[in-house]
Amino acid sequence: MQFPVLSVIVLSPIIAGLLILLIPANRKTEIRMAALAAATLAMLLSAWVYFSYDVQQGGYQFIEHYTWLRQMGISYIVAVDGMNAPLVLLTGVVMFTGVLISWGLDDRPREFFAFLFILASGVFGVFVAQDLFMLFFFYEIAVFPMYLLISIWGWVQTREYAAMKLTLYLFIGSVVALIGGLAMYFEAGMVSFSMWDLARAGFSTEFQIFWFPFVFLGFAVLGGIFPFHNWSPDGHVAAPTAVSMFHAGVLMKLGAFAALRVGIMLLPEGAQFWKIGIMALALVNVVYGAFIAMVQTDFKYVIGFSSVSHMGLVMLGFSTLTPEGLTGAGLQMFSHGVMTALFFAVVGMVYDRAHTREINALGGFSKKMPWVAVAFIVGGLVSMGMPGLSGFVAEFPIFMGVWRVRPLVAIVAAISIVITASYIIRIIGRVFFGKMPEEFEHHIGDVTALDKLALVLLCAIMITIGVYPAIMAPMVSSGVESILRLLGGA
Amino acid sequence: MTIESFEPTMLLAILPEILLLVLIGFVLALDAVWKPEQRRALGWLTAGGLALIMVLALAVSRPSEDPRLVWGGMLRHDWFGFAFKMLFLFGAAITALFAMDAEELGKRGEFYVLMLVSTLGMNLMASASDLIMLYLAIETTSIPLYVLSGFMRHDDHSTEAGFKYMLFGAAASAVMLYGLTLLYGFAGDTSFYSLGLAMHNAELPLLPIVGSLVLILVGFAFKISAVPLHFWAPDVYEGAPTPVAGFLSTASKAAGFAVLLRVLLSIFTPVALPSWTGLLAVVAVMTMTLGNALALFQKNIKRLLAYSSIAHAGYILIGIVAISRLAVTGVVFYLIAYLITNLAAFGIVATFWRVVGSDQIADYAGMSRRKPWLAMAMLVAFLSLAGMPPLAGFVAKVFVFAAAVQADYIWLAVVGVLNSIVGLYYYLTVLKVVYLYRSEETEGLPLPISRPSAIALTVLTLGILLVGTLFGPWFSLAEQVAKAVLRNY
Repeated sequence: MQFPVLSVIVLSPIIAGLLILLIPANRKTEIRMAALAAATLAMLLSAWVYFSYDVQQGGYQFIEHYTWLRQMGISYIVAVDGMNAPLVLLTGVVMFTGVLISWGLDDRPREFFAFLFILASGVFGVFVAQDLFMLFFFYEIAVFPMYLLISIWGWVQTREYAAMKLTLYLFIGSVVALIGGLAMYFEAGMVSFSMWDLARAGFSTEFQIFWFPFVFLGFAVLGGIFPFHNWSPDGHVAAPTAVSMFHAGVLMKLGAFAALRVGIMLLPEGAQFWKIGIMALALVNVVYGAFIAMVQTDFKYVIGFSSVSHMGLVMLGFSTLTPEGLTGAGLQMFSHGVMTALFFAVVGMVYDRAHTREINALGGFSKKMPWVAVAFIVGGLVSMGMPGLSGFVAEFPIFMGVWRVRPLVAIVAAISIVITASYIIRIIGRVFFGKMPEEFEHHIGDVTALDKLALVLLCAIMITIGVYPAIMAPMVSSGVESILRLLGGA
Repeated sequence: MTIESFEPTMLLAILPEILLLVLIGFVLALDAVWKPEQRRALGWLTAGGLALIMVLALAVSRPSEDPRLVWGGMLRHDWFGFAFKMLFLFGAAITALFAMDAEELGKRGEFYVLMLVSTLGMNLMASASDLIMLYLAIETTSIPLYVLSGFMRHDDHSTEAGFKYMLFGAAASAVMLYGLTLLYGFAGDTSFYSLGLAMHNAELPLLPIVGSLVLILVGFAFKISAVPLHFWAPDVYEGAPTPVAGFLSTASKAAGFAVLLRVLLSIFTPVALPSWTGLLAVVAVMTMTLGNALALFQKNIKRLLAYSSIAHAGYILIGIVAISRLAVTGVVFYLIAYLITNLAAFGIVATFWRVVGSDQIADYAGMSRRKPWLAMAMLVAFLSLAGMPPLAGFVAKVFVFAAAVQADYIWLAVVGVLNSIVGLYYYLTVLKVVYLYRSEETEGLPLPISRPSAIALTVLTLGILLVGTLFGPWFSLAEQVAKAVLRNY
């Protein structure tokens, strides 16, 4: 039997979290070291899975299959394919950098890392789950630690409101999807929650058309789809840095991925029927999100709304149901995850030192923190879709796919690139260049070596994919092929 | 199924009850002999004795696959009754541990004796298969509970709770008794299974039978605190000693569901099925919605838990409305999960009250800094009540809602999930106070947990995690229980 690497990736964070709880609360250094060790392990293992996935062979690999509850046909099935392997890697990277960034956290770090790791286990679990029940199980595990993480360690002014809003939105979405999932299970009548079985169930067209909106939108709430995106900027802003990174970087992909995995892949005819509706919603996300981001004066809200806009591109890619669009969406999930984690890390670093996020009150930070400024510029270029960086590799196929289906939508969506450029350039100009206000001159220092390590790692990933797309694109395409087979060669 | 004449193996069927009587005798005798300061150890004796009874019962008096009617048809020896008995014994043992260090409770032998008598009554409720036995068992359960609710004589709230509970309980019980007599009057029989057979053969007039069912349901609805017979619960839970409130909301409620299931399934199914599913569906919706809605406004944690336990009765009723193999399995599973979870929740409240002397939610501020472990146990218990994985409450809810979807009660499942969102809101509000708010004056103060409470909370917390992750064995058990009661359905 091969080494159960995926199970180790899924379960090691939660076990590490529980072990961390056993360390006495005042031994903060030991707690941080333990957290870093666990995060390093998860990242290395996820990288190992990513690089040893055999793209030539394709399909599902690293399969583990155990019966969980025979009578109901609930199994514990984990596997990776071209679609979720990059997302597993993304989670590992964000988890590792999140721990680095949170090194200075001083209020109950033990509980913080424990909850963060429970969240990480939930996220890993959803990405690799091939059983519908298991997917819901881990999905909920990923939702509830958010509440505690935001409300306890978040930004004092909005944390209670934002945490409750986020949790309730996501919970509503997931239970609506759960009812849809149960309906699929009974309609299939196979006494199996395995998504591989459900994909073969042959649901009637009416059934698919009826249930698709519930399942897709239920999950897409977490992906930030319009008009259910409202929780996300508030949640991002209120969350502590590492949680914002996790949240925008990984959790929103969780929603989009689950909407793809359960909605589009299990109810393909429903997806065909509703694709124009999804495309319309996603288009609103892309354009409206970008416009709202442009008028924000709070640094973190700009990034929060830019996430809404960029996640719209993922949904837009899904809605094309074409190879280009889906491949682009898969790449965008990874690229945006890394990029937005970097953005939130930068915002956190600036805020920790300046204690304000008002863009107009900041300035000249490139002199004090050159590394941060460079990292933000790299991230900004990715966000504008500059060739040679991962954003271009992801967004170009999406626009190609949209162009093939609805050229007008592609043109309208492309407006967002211009707007994105405007707000990113504004931030770079105002925050990092220009003159530094008097009050910051003396007490602002550079970031720590751990922070720099996190920034370098995130930038390196974006540049590598931009320069050498072959490291990821073929893998995602191979994942897309199996989705297209389900869609019946559409 | 025929009624067997006496044979010695029948003693095995009531072994838990016999051993309970022996234990009651021991507690009474030692209570008389021991000095007052030694009497705290009666709690260890009760809990240990109950654990021993469970072990012995599991070893020798497990029922076979084929249910038997024993003792002149008064009791039915089957997995349904047996599993519920184990649940009650477990609940009583945990309650004894929580009560040991509670003022006015732990050092008094009467407390343990009354609780054990009530447990004896519940055991008989779970296996009763005759109208007379059923009524006697319900009264044996209820009367000690009335006394226990009013146990703290010097506390007006407790006295009020005891009195209120008794008055309402007696009224509901009288209505139920009226229903039982009517049923006997129309059918001329008291055995559940002969009644069921007569119904099946269409020998009985349907309308009067359904009328008597409605009256009987009044008594059951009171026990499970379903709307519109829920109103006693918040007042009684608030006033009663906290360990007693925990016992009321778990073991006593589970016993109510046990008799509800058995009576509905043995007598009124399938012939009278359409007449009660509609009624119970309405009751379920009202119970969930009202319980959750009123829980939103509570400032007292015991009242909040009371309304939450009303809401949970509503979720469980969904499973009874959906009535199928999966549904009954889900109901039993839900009861197992709910029992351990709610016992933990009340146990934490009792532990906190013993030190702080307050049940106000606002006074829980800063608890996670004072006692991280107690806060963690509370997190586990409340999130399990809210239905979050990997805790017991999540799987239980999924099974019940799944049963509703399977039986084409999708609207009922939707009402259920919408309600669980409201539930999540107020559970999180409490956790917010525990984890987020600080309290200047109490922050440094110790919050000691007594050893019995620590043991009980550890067992319950691990149990919640265990049922929520490795749910296979529990599901199999629940399925076996469902099979036993659905046999003639």
